[in-house]
Amino acid sequence: MAGDGSVKLIDEKTGKRTDGRKFNELRPTKIEVGVLNNADGSALIYMGNNKILAAVYGPRELHPKHLALPDRALVQCYYRMSTFSVAERKSPAPSRREREISKVISDALNSVILTKDFPRTTIDIYIQVLQADGGTRCASLTAACTALADAGIPMRGIISGVAAGLVNDTVVLDLHDIEDQKGSGDIPIGYSATLDEISLLQLDGVFTIEQFEEAVKLAIEGAKQIYEIQKKALREKYALIRAEFAGESEEEEAEEEDTIEIVSQSLAESEASVDETAIDEVESEELEEKKTEEVSEVEEVHEVEESVSEIEEVSEVEEVSKAEEAPEAESVSEVEEVSEVEDSEVEEQDLVSDIAEELNDELDDEKELEEDITSLETGEPEKNNESITDDSSESVENETEHKEIDDLEE
Amino acid sequence: MSDDYVVSEIEKDYILTLLDQGKRIGGREKQEHRPIKFELNFVETKAEGSAIVTLGETKIIAGVKATLGSPFPDTPDSGVITTSAELSPIASPYYESGPPGDDAIELARVTDRAIRESHCIDLSKLCIVPGKYVWILFIDMYVLNADGNLIDAATLASLAALSTTKIPKVKLNEEGEPEVLEEKETLELDHYPVTVTSYKIGKHRIIDPILKEERIADCRITFGFDEEGHIVSAQKGGIGVLKPDELIPIAKECLEVSKSYRAELLKAIEEFKKGN
Repeated sequence: MAGDGSVKLIDEKTGKRTDGRKFNELRPTKIEVGVLNNADGSALIYMGNNKILAAVYGPRELHPKHLALPDRALVQCYYRMSTFSVAERKSPAPSRREREISKVISDALNSVILTKDFPRTTIDIYIQVLQADGGTRCASLTAACTALADAGIPMRGIISGVAAGLVNDTVVLDLHDIEDQKGSGDIPIGYSATLDEISLLQLDGVFTIEQFEEAVKLAIEGAKQIYEIQKKALREKYALIRAEFAGESEEEEAEEEDTIEIVSQSLAESEASVDETAIDEVESEELEEKKTEEVSEVEEVHEVEESVSEIEEVSEVEEVSKAEEAPEAESVSEVEEVSEVEDSEVEEQDLVSDIAEELNDELDDEKELEEDITSLETGEPEKNNESITDDSSESVENETEHKEIDDLEE
Repeated sequence: MSDDYVVSEIEKDYILTLLDQGKRIGGREKQEHRPIKFELNFVETKAEGSAIVTLGETKIIAGVKATLGSPFPDTPDSGVITTSAELSPIASPYYESGPPGDDAIELARVTDRAIRESHCIDLSKLCIVPGKYVWILFIDMYVLNADGNLIDAATLASLAALSTTKIPKVKLNEEGEPEVLEEKETLELDHYPVTVTSYKIGKHRIIDPILKEERIADCRITFGFDEEGHIVSAQKGGIGVLKPDELIPIAKECLEVSKSYRAELLKAIEEFKKGN
């Protein structure tokens, strides 16, 4: 719990903290994945002097059975501190603090795991704090979510945990043990960089609303950095596996990425790096041009086309369809080509995270969509939006659309 | 809480339809709490302090007991407060007897956090002999009737109980051992922190839900405020998520509600003190 803030923890001249960090700097953080053989997934996180192990078992049969949920998996999280992990020996019995932390972590993980895929089962997450150095619940959440990805549990996104707090009236990122105890406030946050969602939030200490806002912003920036570390850790494991079984190291780089995207379902397409294999398949110059055109058009084009283009992006297929700007409304539209692309545009990033939430709904809506597309193809003017004026018409070639929807269904 | 309590789809639809029209069951506004009733010092002869708080149909009793004990090694000159809560079967057909479950632990700890972090009790005043004898205040809560929003009601109940708390005076004898005297002195509260919990139901946000509303909520977030408007505690609960840009609007809504809660609490305390 927070102290009164009277202890000097930030050097007034340099602005450095007791361990030499700046206010917005994370502690050195490293994650190792797949460190335990028996567990379905595991991760070991080093965050400053924190050393925390997380292991995932499941989805598996639940005992006692009466706890089972008929429509989804039960997510059970056990956060435990080792007796030797803190200065004064901790009693081995689970404390109320440990039980509360277990609860908030499992609530957070529950928000991303696709629990409805595994009714009547349990997904057990065991977290063992081996050495504690402040911010253990955040580091535990990070490790737990990485271990879930390692176990191949389908998730909507990856959660990264980090705290921001108040030390000598300054908002700082990632408090270590002393700052945690002597500082005047602490806000642990669980944040998913791909979904832009807060799944864990606690606060103790005294904050003004402005400081609270600043701290949350700082924590979100920190969480984004941790997300990169999580991805790196997952990739490294698959690099090793591939090296072991296949060998050829140069092809791996690209393929690894795909594997991780499947395993973590983390919507890695939102990252800025460009998937080179995908780019090879397109005539990239042409693409660039049409990309720009297409983006501006999507805004004007009516709803159906928008949702169509969203689905395209989920399936990582970028379709560029541009109608001829013919004066008559019922003129035959010309459709240009289909191409695959991965893009880093900001609009797309937002779109992708929106889609992540709505993906399931949209899958359900597919039939409706197909109907719309069909009617669109026939060019019925009353179905068109007002934004389509008399002197131009835009329509979608639906053969390729159907193909993509089929892909999506798979 | 009350995990076995299932709200039927038709009721869920009803609540959501009402919310879409800006209405709620019982005719309240989204940011309007139910009437609050305080019965201060209910356990007048045995407990050091006590109160029953009734928030709508939710009813919680909190009692304070003080015992002499030793301080924690890292805070030798501070008294100790410890909070517990019990969701006993008296309060709901969905509660079972037995050791406190996760919900009860969370309830106690969220209440505790607001009291502790606001520094409403000067713990150094609870110290008798540094490193040896301090007062340990036990704030224990029992939910008597559960109808939603236990966290806010529990914080109000513990604050109300603390406001009636009187602690025996202590004299040190020749050996330096403490002797508890008959005479008591009132425990001074420096702040009156209250918690306000906002529940997210679809695109709506409400406070002080009844059980039905609470059960269909996606998630909740609790903010504790002191009278200066500082945030002193927060806790997100439930398996839903919050968008970063929702946080500040929620905090500001909760801050407004906290003023109303506190006004009711202070009014009750004032009346109680007049009566004595």
